[in-house]
Amino acid sequence: MLFELIGIPPQALFGQLLLGLINGAFYAMMSLGLAVIFGLLNVINFTHGAQYMMGAFAAWMLLEWAGIPYWGALVLAPIIVGVTGIVMEKLLLKRLYHLDHLYGLLLTFGLALMIEGFFRKQFGSSGLPYSNPLPGGTRLSFMFLPNYRAWIVVASLVICFGTWFMIERTKLGSYLRAATERPDLVQAFGINVPRMITLTYGFGVGLAALAGVLAAPAYNVSPLMGSNLIIIVFAVVVIGGMGSILGAIITGFGLGIIEGLTKVFYPEASNTVIFIVMAIVLMVKPAGLFGTPK
Amino acid sequence: MHNGTELAVSDLNAWYGESHILHGMQFDVKKGEVVTLLGRNGAGKTTTMKAVMGMIPNRKGSVKFGSDELIQLPSNKIAKMGLAFCPEERGIFSSLNVYENLTLPPVVKGGGMSLEEIYQIFPNLKERLKSQGTKLSGGEQQMLAIGRILRTGATLLLLDEPTEGLAPVIVQQIGAMIRLLKEKGYTILLVEQNFRFASTVADRHYIVEHGKVVDMIANDQIATSTKKLETYLGV
Repeated sequence: MLFELIGIPPQALFGQLLLGLINGAFYAMMSLGLAVIFGLLNVINFTHGAQYMMGAFAAWMLLEWAGIPYWGALVLAPIIVGVTGIVMEKLLLKRLYHLDHLYGLLLTFGLALMIEGFFRKQFGSSGLPYSNPLPGGTRLSFMFLPNYRAWIVVASLVICFGTWFMIERTKLGSYLRAATERPDLVQAFGINVPRMITLTYGFGVGLAALAGVLAAPAYNVSPLMGSNLIIIVFAVVVIGGMGSILGAIITGFGLGIIEGLTKVFYPEASNTVIFIVMAIVLMVKPAGLFGTPK
Repeated sequence: MHNGTELAVSDLNAWYGESHILHGMQFDVKKGEVVTLLGRNGAGKTTTMKAVMGMIPNRKGSVKFGSDELIQLPSNKIAKMGLAFCPEERGIFSSLNVYENLTLPPVVKGGGMSLEEIYQIFPNLKERLKSQGTKLSGGEQQMLAIGRILRTGATLLLLDEPTEGLAPVIVQQIGAMIRLLKEKGYTILLVEQNFRFASTVADRHYIVEHGKVVDMIANDQIATSTKKLETYLGV
């Protein structure tokens, strides 16, 4: 058999592939939101990781304080966190659009630190458990597939495809794409672009929160869960190319799988492989795999 | 506003940052008229259009559309009143296909053209609906840029140098199209550098210099005013 030939037990290989696919699902959902926000707002949303964490905490709070189960939180938490994003855009972010990207990055980075600090003070940094809504699993011939992990992969594919479809194939999406190119002209056609920008930010933030809810049963709910993820997600965005929707999705899943495979074949490099890929891509295609040079 | 003034601009001032571009523009366009703003590069013609359309935040004075004052309104509200702008660089979106570009501007009033009517005027567009907007030729892009504002029901069209950079045969087509739009009752404000072209479509011409209207020439006097025009335009 092939597996015996390369000396890797199939259980380990497929197990790591699945973990890689799941990590990739989170990279894809997170970088998708960043790409949508950057495209229209020109803001590099460093608060994205904190908003992902807020999504997980919102699910935890809904369960512990209001008795609303996972499936309700899947709908409510992104809306709640999305609304906080809308407030943040209206109060703070919109004052920075005429300035360099750097100011948006500094503001959102500062906000991320404040939000994480607040949650750490309130809930400690060790993390809170969130029970698995889909216990059990299926024994396949080559591996054991936990139900919740399968759900994460399916849900994230649906979310990514849905977002892509909405942006690339609908009327609303054509407004968004056009406003990404020429907001002044789109507004002069009679479209309320400032409102569209606010809602887009709310949507991107809601997407991060939705990823957070999906993550809650798989990992601990902890104040630092977002900052651990966001660094890798930014590398994914750089590799895929800032502002490309399809690029964000493909690169997210692809890099998750590469990371998983590295854990099988050369575990020592598994924490750095994404950054090595990033360095190589930057040398060959500075605008990213799917980005267009400006 | 029956057979009255569709657009009345008075004492219009506009600034880009610190630089003061329009110094009290004053002109009007009557319903159903085609009026041009002629002038050299940098005289403020495009800025005037953008200021009328609300695309320049820092502006003062008065822009009246019928009986409504527009000077305080954001550009999306101005568009909703029935004004539509076709920019000089055409503003075709590269991430949208031809059909998406054509149907992007929302319908603001009844009475706009149907897609079929637009395809009749610009048959080329119908054959290229699935193409990326910016893959069209320059002339086709210009037709797309004009075509998309005919659907919306806007009655006042602001066309910024629609003939710029186009081959003579296409320029003739654009001219025929402007005359057709006038027949259909549209009011048109046209920015032009080429007064020979302007004289084939327009009723009146305003000469713009240094952000101000310095003269007005009716089209039937253009033959006797050629000398004057040449001095103004430096041709």
